Amino acid sequence: MNITSSPVSTSTVALPSVLTVALARGRHELRSFFRSREAVLFTLAFPVMLLVLFGAIFGNEDALPGTKYSQVLLAGIMGSGLGSVTFMSLAIGIATERDAGDLKRLLATPMPKVAYFIGKMIQVLVIMVLEFALILTVGVLLYGVNLPSSASRWLTFGWVTVLGAVACSLLGIAMSSLPKNAKSAAAIVNLPFVALQFVSGVFVSFDDLSPTLRTIASVFPLKWITQGYRSVFLPDQYLRVEPGGSWQHGQSAIVLGAWMLGGLMLCVRTFRWQRRDG
Amino acid sequence: MTYATGTVALRGVDFDVARGEVFALLGPNGAGKTTAVEILEGFRRRTGGTAEVLGVDPAKATRAWRDRVGIVLQTTGTSDEVTVRELLLLQATYHATPRPADEVITLVGLEEKANARVDRLSGGQQRRLDVGRGIVGRPDVLFLDEPTTGFDPEARRQFWDLIVSLRDGGTTIVLTTHSMEEAEVLADRIGVIVAGRLVGMGTPAELGGRDEAPAIVRWSESGSPHERHSHQPAAVVVELTERLGVDIDDLTVTRPTLESTYLELVARHTTAEPSCPTGGTR
Repeated sequence: MNITSSPVSTSTVALPSVLTVALARGRHELRSFFRSREAVLFTLAFPVMLLVLFGAIFGNEDALPGTKYSQVLLAGIMGSGLGSVTFMSLAIGIATERDAGDLKRLLATPMPKVAYFIGKMIQVLVIMVLEFALILTVGVLLYGVNLPSSASRWLTFGWVTVLGAVACSLLGIAMSSLPKNAKSAAAIVNLPFVALQFVSGVFVSFDDLSPTLRTIASVFPLKWITQGYRSVFLPDQYLRVEPGGSWQHGQSAIVLGAWMLGGLMLCVRTFRWQRRDG
Repeated sequence: MTYATGTVALRGVDFDVARGEVFALLGPNGAGKTTAVEILEGFRRRTGGTAEVLGVDPAKATRAWRDRVGIVLQTTGTSDEVTVRELLLLQATYHATPRPADEVITLVGLEEKANARVDRLSGGQQRRLDVGRGIVGRPDVLFLDEPTTGFDPEARRQFWDLIVSLRDGGTTIVLTTHSMEEAEVLADRIGVIVAGRLVGMGTPAELGGRDEAPAIVRWSESGSPHERHSHQPAAVVVELTERLGVDIDDLTVTRPTLESTYLELVARHTTAEPSCPTGGTR
């Protein structure tokens, strides 16, 4: 099969740079996100609602003498919010786009493929900043949570967030290939995410869990992210109930780093632009 | 060329499309039209044979090649919450020499919907937007997979005008369709794929020996219908007038339509080869 075998014209105008296209994609992703009421509610408002609900029910109880449950909850909800902005929204969003044929349509254009992923990263970054600002504002205003004052704690906050967000984003992109269609995406993605939230110290204190559950949770990133955030937002007295009496920063970095590499490999090997059936 | 996922879905589909030509592929569902087109679009790998579009193997598509190939997929539907203009402006950022968004909007007749959200358009309007996205980059080759499905007659006419003007501008167009009228109006040449094989090829007037097939003269005589097949239908009519005068009841002279020619081609090649391949197409 042959269609106009001779190259008809060699375009002298250069294709737009990857950065130009990536920025346009980022703008498009953000615009689409904020116009989708479900996405805004589900991704942005859901963690805040959980913080308010759980805080209203248990907020004034002491987790330990000197540490309110609301403070522990705030650290957990930060971790859960990170997971929802990265893992959940990417997995469901990309699965939906693939099912609708949007990804195939992109494949048909001269868009550099990497620009699509940079666009998604821009979306994740902006929404995560908003999400964290929302959670922290509610935490400070409603529950009198103290923000850390030392630079080293904010440094911890920084690297836990970067490693956690990259690992969970890659896992979300990889996960998007699992659901057969857009309808099943929310269920398939939510199931592991909700289960992990219960065993990773988001709603339930990690030290209240059985050793088996703790071991299972330790395989996945969320447990290490919430533990990292506890080390940022809780006083050192809380170390008493942490596993091994330590914030385990070294192990956190190793596990999150391993998930980053694993997630990247999964994405490279399994990402599809077309639906499985065509 | 051949293509396979277990079964060979295409075999011996050989055709060349010249620059500025409108080439239509016809065939029953599952015959391999979409498979053939998707190989040419760089969406599917073939297992054998050669395929070239603009001198490049589509399996090795580059950005520069994609910049010159416009594709309108069969499926509509999108998860986008943006407006028509916003989507076309975004698409324009991918291309080297894009058409201005408003020019595309006018070309596909969506002026009134330029600021409407894509997910609020009707099926026909979304389809027109699909076509618009396909021509943003001023493609040299445009693939259209069943482009007018769901169009009302007026929109279809406008769409045909658009295709003709693109063709006149030098764009090569490869079209799949189930509409014989569309193929007849638009195509310079038609290829018919049945069970993965190219079984007919020619201009709409010549396809399947249509130009050489006899015409059918039908009339009624003393209340009962008559018909005669002839290569010289005018002679039959002259003979009838001599015998029956100028008032001949129910007189018609018909040439085989593209549809009847097509159906005859499909029937002939479907019965000859009952082993209909299943792999790879949908």
